Amino acid sequence: MSYALTDTATDVSVMIGRCMRRSLRDPEAFITSLMLPVILMLLFVYVFGGGFASVGDGRYAQYVVPGLIVLCAGQGASTTAVAIATDMSSGIVDRFRSMPMASSSVLTGHVVASLARNGLATTLVIGAGLAVGWRPTAGPAQWIGAIAMIAAFIVAISWFATALGLLAGSPEAANGAAMAIWFLPYLSTAFVPAGTMTRVLRPIAANQPFTPIIETMRGLWMGHTSTGASTAHDAVLAVIYCLAIAGLSAAAASYLFRHRTAA
Amino acid sequence: MTYTVQATGIRKAFGGKQVLDGVDLAVATNSVFALLGPNGAGKTTLIRILATLTRPDAGTAVVNGHDVRADPRAVRRSISLAGQHAAVDDVLTGRENLVMMARLLHLPRALAARRADELLDSFGLAEAAGKRVKTYSGGMRRRLDLAVSMVVPPPLLFLDEPTTGLDPRSRQQLWGVVRGLADEGVTVLLTTQYLEEADRLADTIAVLHHGRVVAEGTPAELKSRSDSDSLDDVFFALTEPGTQADADAEFTFKGAVR
Repeated sequence: MSYALTDTATDVSVMIGRCMRRSLRDPEAFITSLMLPVILMLLFVYVFGGGFASVGDGRYAQYVVPGLIVLCAGQGASTTAVAIATDMSSGIVDRFRSMPMASSSVLTGHVVASLARNGLATTLVIGAGLAVGWRPTAGPAQWIGAIAMIAAFIVAISWFATALGLLAGSPEAANGAAMAIWFLPYLSTAFVPAGTMTRVLRPIAANQPFTPIIETMRGLWMGHTSTGASTAHDAVLAVIYCLAIAGLSAAAASYLFRHRTAA
Repeated sequence: MTYTVQATGIRKAFGGKQVLDGVDLAVATNSVFALLGPNGAGKTTLIRILATLTRPDAGTAVVNGHDVRADPRAVRRSISLAGQHAAVDDVLTGRENLVMMARLLHLPRALAARRADELLDSFGLAEAAGKRVKTYSGGMRRRLDLAVSMVVPPPLLFLDEPTTGLDPRSRQQLWGVVRGLADEGVTVLLTTQYLEEADRLADTIAVLHHGRVVAEGTPAELKSRSDSDSLDDVFFALTEPGTQADADAEFTFKGAVR
């Protein structure tokens, strides 16, 4: 007997509601995740920004916004990984799996809640950026493109975090594993152009997946990338990366969810 | 006699260790069946197999007329799982837990809310309905766990060590609740390491030891096997000590009963 689509939709919406409630009821983590974008913006623009005078046409705020969006999404992803690992280490997933429900909705609920949390954090980065003097030249079409890029990136990284959380086995291990997502943006063009790095790091920064994603936003907002590549070129690469990461991670996550049992 | 659970030749090994070594089980409809055994006897593994959470290496199991391997979804529609790893959401309130489960079982919103309130009342949780489960006592958590399992009363309820870790008063209270469910016609398959619990609740007891059912019968039948009218003696005779594992198990039993 097949499971009706409307039933699946109910399961997913119930699971989204559950994850949102859980997010809102952890006020410390929630407030931290909202403070972080603002604090990082002030830190990067007013503390580091002066030293990066050559970056971003003399005004670092013009450069750093996409990098901070990606950095904050990395932080959000570790929250997601920990939330999944916490679920798996409590008995509740066993109950869900012994019920006649679409068990994939447990994961989808986490990913959608992650999208909502990170969407809020992204909005704060953009708001803080505008407040400290970021002046994108983008028209409405470019703005829509940039927002679509961010959404695709957050979905991809949320699925990646979900797979990581399932793989980790414990909330502590999940937090540790998610550090990688935190660290990767520093080795990209998020904060300084690849050209300013040492020769060893330059090709890594220029070619790792975060860079085309960041440069697509930068190109759409500011009219040019920091690498000299065309925005269209980076956008195609970025979309391919996001689809690949989301697809592989979602497949891995579904497999792990079916085969991992709670401790 | 009709049977809600019929299992034959269930085998399961984890990492080379044979946890279940050919278990046969038949649980009569509308009865309370207790799987009695020490820690590590394979009780939880057997429940997990019957609840479609773990696949057996060999053997067949039919729950409410559905094969656990061929049609797990139909089995899931026939069962609820509750027990020592009380599967409720700590961060949500008691009421929210019940509404969530009701919605997952596709009760319409208004009906879900009404059903939640009914259950909170009948499980003595009305006062704590709006409090987060994190603040509940052990006994309250187990009662909520049972209430959640009863959102839509299933033909078969699994109770995996329902009173492990509870104080005597909460245990008494929970026994009353389980008896009440049985009287309403729910078939109950429970696991326990407490002889007294099996004696009080079960119509039929099966003793599981080293992955095999070593004795089965009504509490009276099992007692008549030895001269004493205590299940303890029967149990200790069946699970004769020898290995260190047995010694540990025996210790647990004595601690639990005395």
